[in-house]
Amino acid sequence: MLALDDVSKTYRIGAFGSRSIRAVDGVSFRVEPGEVVSLIGESGSGKSTIGRMILGLTRITEGRITFDGHDVAPSRDFYRRAQGVFQDPFSSFNPVYKADHVFATVREGFFPHESNGAWHAKLAHALDAVALSPNDVFGKYPHQLSGGQLQRVLVARALLLDIELLIADEIISMLDASTRIDVLNLLGDLKEHGLAIVFITHDLSLGNYISDKTIILRHGRIVEHGPTPQVFAHPQDEYTQALLEAVPLLHGSWR
Amino acid sequence: MSATVVHRPVAEESRPGVVREALHFALRNRKLVVGSSITLAMLLFALVGPLLARHPALEYGGRLSSAPTTTDGYWFGTTLLGQDVYAQFVNGLRLAFTVGALGGGIAACIGMLVGFTAGYRSGIVDEILNMLTNVVLVIPTFALLLVIAAYLKVRGVMTESVFIGVTSWPWAARAIRAQTFSLVSRDFVDMARLSGRRSGRIIFQEIAPNMSSYLFMMFILLFGNAILIAATLDFIGLGPSNTISLGMMMQLSVQNAALQLHLWWWFLPPGLAITAIVGSLYVMNVGLDEVFNPKLRQL
Amino acid sequence: MTLVVDDLRVYYRSLAGDVKAVDGIDLELADGEVMGLAGESGCGKSTFGKALIKLDSRMRWVGGTVTLDGEELHVWDDEVMNPHRLDDVSLVPQYAMSALNPTRKIGRMIHDLLRARGVDFAPLRPELERRLQLVGLDSSVLDLYPIELSGGMKQRVVLVVSTLLNPSLLIADEITSALDVSTQKAVAEMLVAFRDREFVKSVIVITHDLSILAQVADSIVVMYAGKLAEKAATATIVDEPRHPYTRMLIGSLPEVGVRFAEHRLQGIKGRPPSLIEPPAGCRFRDRCPLATPRCAAEPPYRACGDGHFVACWEAE
Repeated sequence: MLALDDVSKTYRIGAFGSRSIRAVDGVSFRVEPGEVVSLIGESGSGKSTIGRMILGLTRITEGRITFDGHDVAPSRDFYRRAQGVFQDPFSSFNPVYKADHVFATVREGFFPHESNGAWHAKLAHALDAVALSPNDVFGKYPHQLSGGQLQRVLVARALLLDIELLIADEIISMLDASTRIDVLNLLGDLKEHGLAIVFITHDLSLGNYISDKTIILRHGRIVEHGPTPQVFAHPQDEYTQALLEAVPLLHGSWR
Repeated sequence: MSATVVHRPVAEESRPGVVREALHFALRNRKLVVGSSITLAMLLFALVGPLLARHPALEYGGRLSSAPTTTDGYWFGTTLLGQDVYAQFVNGLRLAFTVGALGGGIAACIGMLVGFTAGYRSGIVDEILNMLTNVVLVIPTFALLLVIAAYLKVRGVMTESVFIGVTSWPWAARAIRAQTFSLVSRDFVDMARLSGRRSGRIIFQEIAPNMSSYLFMMFILLFGNAILIAATLDFIGLGPSNTISLGMMMQLSVQNAALQLHLWWWFLPPGLAITAIVGSLYVMNVGLDEVFNPKLRQL
Repeated sequence: MTLVVDDLRVYYRSLAGDVKAVDGIDLELADGEVMGLAGESGCGKSTFGKALIKLDSRMRWVGGTVTLDGEELHVWDDEVMNPHRLDDVSLVPQYAMSALNPTRKIGRMIHDLLRARGVDFAPLRPELERRLQLVGLDSSVLDLYPIELSGGMKQRVVLVVSTLLNPSLLIADEITSALDVSTQKAVAEMLVAFRDREFVKSVIVITHDLSILAQVADSIVVMYAGKLAEKAATATIVDEPRHPYTRMLIGSLPEVGVRFAEHRLQGIKGRPPSLIEPPAGCRFRDRCPLATPRCAAEPPYRACGDGHFVACWEAE
C-alpha cells in the first residue's frame, strides 16, 4: 500500500545554502494494509522527516514515495486516505479556537455538503471509537483538556475520514505514563480494524509493544529491519544491540 | 529524542475567562489606564472641538498677537497675523488623528502583507521580500520627500499619509515575519494543511488570530509613529499645503519668533498636544504588553 | 541524616486561588542515599525540588521545616538561603542544558558562576578538569560554546558544575528526559558515580520515568497531587508496591518483551484532581479501583514495613 523507494532528504544550510545535511539517506520500506510498522531511532535519525515526507508536508529530495502506486502529494484526495498525529498535543491545536475547531476544518475541507444530522452522527461514531464522549470535548478550549484527551481528539479527527494509513509521530511521548498506555491500546484496536500505522518513536519498548515490523534508523539510514519479535530477540546490528542494552528496565539491570 | 512530559494547568475557566482575566489586568495597569485616557481625551477633543470653533482656521480676522481671552471665542488667543489659534489647534488635532489612522493603517497593511508572506513562505520568496524590506528601510525619506515636494504643486493630507504609510512599514514587516516564522512551525499549521486548507486561509484564520494582541500593539505604534513623522515633516515645511496642522503651527510660530515675543499660546498647545498623544500612545503600548504577556504581570 | 523534611507546604499564587502544589511532605534522606522522587506531571515534584533551594516569585512557603545536616534551612528567606546554594544544596533544574548562555564559552561561564559565589576559579581548575575527564569530556570543552556541544555533553557539563563545590544535597530535576536512550544511561550512571566518589553526599532524582529510577535509585518516593503516596526501597516499590497508584503505574509500563497482542496493559482512567481546590480525603480516590467510603477521610502517611511508608487505608 505504502512504498518508499530509496528516499532521501537533503537540507541546505549556511550562507546561500553552501552546506548540506543529509537527514534521510536512501530509505526503502513497505507498509501493507493493516500493518503497524515502527520507525525507531534517536534524535537526528530522520524518523520524523520520513513521516513528514510521507504526508507531503516536506518535499522529497530523491527517491519516490507511493501510495497505491501513485506518488504522494499534499492533496485532498490523499488526505482522505492518510493522516497524521504529532508529538505535542498542545501545539497541534490552535489555542485561539475551541478544540472542536479541528473537526470543523475537516468538515469544510472534505464534507462541505454533509447535512448536520449526518455530520453529528459521524462525529459521535468517531469519538466513540476513541472512548470520548461529545460532552468531554465540545465547547472546551485545548488548555481545558488533558494531553491524552487531545491526542484522542486528533485520532478521532483522522477517523472521520475513514483513512487507511495513520502516521503517528511520537504521539504519546508527551503524555503521562498512566495515559500513554490507553492511547497506545487505542492504536492497537484500530490496527485490528484494518488501519495501517507508521509508528514513529524513540522508545523501544513502545515499538515492541505494538508493532508488527520494526525499522531501526541511525543518522538517516536503516540499520536493521524485520518482524518485531525477531529484531528484539535477535538483533543483528551492533547499534540495535547497543540501543537495547541501554533501555532502562524495571525488572532487570543495566550491568 | 525523548521529550519531557508536558503539564498544562487544567483550568476551569473557558475562553471568556481569558478575556475577563485580560480585562482584570487591563483595568489595574496604571500605564494602560493613564495612556488610553489621555489618548481618548485628545480624540474626543479632536472630534468635538472643531464644532465649537467660532472662526475658520485660516481667516485673518482677529486682533494681532492677542493672548487667550474669552471674548469672541479666541480661547487660545491669536497668531501674529490674527488667526484663531483655537481653530487652528482643533483642526490640527483632527488632522493628526487622520494622518495617524491613514498613515499607520497603510503601513500596517503593507507590513502585514509582506511580513506574513515572507514568514509563511520562506525560501526564495522570503529572500526577495527581505531585500525589498531592507531597501525601503534604508531609503532616506526626507530626501525622497523633498524630491516629491518639488514636483507636486499641491500636497494634501492624503499625500502625506500615503507617503508616511509607504515608507514606515519595514520594521513592522520584519517583526511580523519573525512572529509568523515561530508560529508556522507549530503543529496546528500542519494540521490545517492536512485538512486541505490553502495557504492564504491558513495565514488569516490560523496564524493571524494568534498574533492578534501583537498586531494590535503594532498598529498603535504605527499610529503614533505616523503622527510624529507628520509633525516632523510639517515642522520643516514639507507638510500639506492647503491646511494647517499642529506641526505647521509650531513651524509658523518659530518662524515668526513667537518664543522671543512671548506668544506662548501659539506654540505651547500644539507642542504639548503632539507630546501628549504620542507619549500616551507609547505608554499605553507598554501597558498593553504587560496585560497580554502573562510573564510580565504582577499578581 | 542529610535531609529531614517535616510537613513542608509550598503553594503557588494564581488568580484563581492558591495552587497547593506541595501539601504536607515528610521525608528523610540518609547520608549517601540516592532517592528517586517519582510522579506524573503536575504532582508537585518539581515544586518540591525548587522549594528546597529557592522559591521563585510565584511560590509561597506556607509551613513545615527543612533540616540539612542538622541545620535548619530557612527556605522562605531568599537572602539567608544564598550562602547555602551550590555549596550545600545544588539544583539541576529542568531544561538546564538549554539554559546555558549561548554567548559564553563554557569555561567563562563556570568562572563567572564561581566568582558570583566568591570562589576563585584558578585553584579549582585542576579539579574541574579532572571531573570533566571522569565523565568522559575532554578539558577542551571549556573553550567551546554551548551550541558546539551535544545534548548529552551539555548535561554532563551541567552536572559537573553543579557538584563542583561538593554539596551535601544534589537535586536533579528531569535530567534524563530530553536525552537519547544511550546518553540517558550514561548520565544516570554518572549521578551514581558522583555519589560513590563523594562529590555529593546525597541525591534526589526527580523524574516521571520509573525505569530509570529502578536502575539507579536506592529508594523511591511516589508523589501524587501534592502529597506522598508511597516510599520504599527500590526493589520493594518495583516488586511489592502497596499503594494502588504505584501498583497501577508500574502495571502500565510496557517492558521490552510485552506485546499488545499477548497482554494488554492497563492505564489509569481519569485525571489528577485540581490542586487549587483539592478534594477532601484521599486525593487518588476518584481513580482508585479499591476506593471505599473510608477514603473520604485522608489516609495518614505511615510506616507499614521496614523503611516502607504508605498513605492508603487499603494498604494496611
